[in-house]
Amino acid sequence: MYRYDEFDHGFVKSRVAEFRDQVERRLAGEITEDQFRPLRLMNGVYLQLHAYMLRVAIPYGTLSSRQLRMLGHIARTYDKGYGHFTTRQNIQFNWPTLSDVPAILADLASVEMHAIQTSGNCIRNVTADHFAGAAADEVADPRPYAEILRQWSSLHPEFSYLPRKFKIAVTGATRDRAAIKTHDIGLHLRKNERGELGFAVYVGGGQGRTPMIAKKIRDFLPEEHLLSYATAIMRVYNLHGRRDNKYKARLKILVHETGAEAFGRQVEAEWQALRDSELRLPESDIRTIDAYFAPPVLPDRPGGDEAVRLARLDSRRFAEWLDQNVTTHRNPDYAAVTISLKGIGEAPGDASDSPMEAIADLAQKLAFDEIRVSHEQNLVLPHVARADLKAVHDGLVEIGLATPNANLITDIIACPGLDYCALANARSIGVAQSLSRRFGSLERQKDIGELKLKISGCINACGHHHVGHIGILGVEKKGAELYQVMLGGSADEDTSLGEVLGRGFGPDEITDAVETIVETYLRIRLDRGEKFIDAYRRVGAEPFKEALYAGEFRAA
Amino acid sequence: MKILTANRLADGEAVWFSANGGWIDSIGGAEIARDKEEEARLDAVGKAGLLDNDVVDAELVEVELNDGEIVPVRLRERIRAAGPTNRTDLGKQARPGQLAEAA
Repeated sequence: MYRYDEFDHGFVKSRVAEFRDQVERRLAGEITEDQFRPLRLMNGVYLQLHAYMLRVAIPYGTLSSRQLRMLGHIARTYDKGYGHFTTRQNIQFNWPTLSDVPAILADLASVEMHAIQTSGNCIRNVTADHFAGAAADEVADPRPYAEILRQWSSLHPEFSYLPRKFKIAVTGATRDRAAIKTHDIGLHLRKNERGELGFAVYVGGGQGRTPMIAKKIRDFLPEEHLLSYATAIMRVYNLHGRRDNKYKARLKILVHETGAEAFGRQVEAEWQALRDSELRLPESDIRTIDAYFAPPVLPDRPGGDEAVRLARLDSRRFAEWLDQNVTTHRNPDYAAVTISLKGIGEAPGDASDSPMEAIADLAQKLAFDEIRVSHEQNLVLPHVARADLKAVHDGLVEIGLATPNANLITDIIACPGLDYCALANARSIGVAQSLSRRFGSLERQKDIGELKLKISGCINACGHHHVGHIGILGVEKKGAELYQVMLGGSADEDTSLGEVLGRGFGPDEITDAVETIVETYLRIRLDRGEKFIDAYRRVGAEPFKEALYAGEFRAA
Repeated sequence: MKILTANRLADGEAVWFSANGGWIDSIGGAEIARDKEEEARLDAVGKAGLLDNDVVDAELVEVELNDGEIVPVRLRERIRAAGPTNRTDLGKQARPGQLAEAA
């Protein structure tokens, strides 16, 4: 993985010193809150309902065991013993004091981490496929390009005061696990007919109050033009993006109002002036960054299949976990493991200090020192020998993190919602917990099959409700929480936006409503092979509306 | 009826302006403004709190009295007064003698 060079170390260290000074001056009353707010936000410090919140960047969701151990240390030392992994592959600490933040940032810097650009109208953490470098369906690891974008976008003077925040995601695989079409820029790494690497470029995707699916403006951008083309997009956005209305300031609005074709032409015109500038990436620079992401040397581990076969016979629990949380690796002796942070009845994405350290130990011992954070709020060990799967499983059982529910209905995405967030209108976590308990039976979950349930506590859509097969949006109506349900969203290569079904449901009704939807699906599906999303796309919303609103179920 | 709430600058803790003067970290002892004049006075206290760098995000929030207990009208404020509803071991609700209930 990427290692800081002297410049990176010096830069992050000086930034910590600068923020330490700013905090001291703020606490001494030398600067006002109006002056300080943008400074703290630039360093990832928000103020929420109960306390400050620190959002730490995890570039493209990749962590070493040393870094994960440090996150556990921070949770224990400065927070209340846990952190919350987010849908942008970051982690949030919910309870730090302002006076402790400089010390936390210094601890993070010691393991090559920071919180820069986790807030504000700048280019945020670049996200990537959580199976990058391990996936069997990948043409190349997308993370070197995410790292190139990170270096280019960090404190880029031209792009530090954009009309609004800006999100980029990259995948190198056929299956889109990085939700690239819900980002301002989505990059799909691919090879052309000559076997050269480049990107399909999508722009103007996003969720929030005006969800849009990104449009493709270029089928193949040779890799050496990554930064010149990204700069061209940013320049068109910076020039024409609206600054008069924050709700219309995201790139998606500009692309929508300009039209994708016209926007693409503007980008191409801008790019003509940039393509042969110093932004063109020399082959040697790309390969230098590539080398940081060279996959670990994976020794031959024959016998994995036999070990797995025997362990499966011996332990039903292992077999269930194997079926659900273990993914094919490009090396047949290996597998990628999903560590579910969605224990039945628990808050999605929360992880406590000791388990974080235990996962770090497991990764160090049995998974080549690498951990990933998925945008679905789980952790991943991308490289595990199949012969070691049982040992990893048993290690996870010991810390209560072997819930075999990846991609099932209880693998819920949920934002922090009104339990923590100052922007929220309704709670998300409690709804997720209630649904998780309702569908807690593994047998029932497996019968239902793949189902993406996503919950946001406000219109900003951090819980990705627009792209849930079942999406739930919490709103406040007449002082009470009300939950709108939408169906048919999807965040993969066939990205679609969910459609609102009808009237919303109260907190005491929403779990029953979702159960009605699921039961309707089970009744109408052609067979067990037809997934929820496929059944919905075949029949549309009507049977679900009928079941929810026309029957005995009383809507709020 | 309104009370004055804010977050303490140094640690972000939710606080309320007390009937005895000063910022306190539980809602129970908050001073209640019962008319426009009292609201204006509390509002001025909040602005002074910002200027003195004691607190940030000061605002007046609507409350009701329930058996003599101050209960904010909005769920958001009830959660601020108690703590996360999914973690009753955290926040003010976890402290001895604090019985605030969010929802």
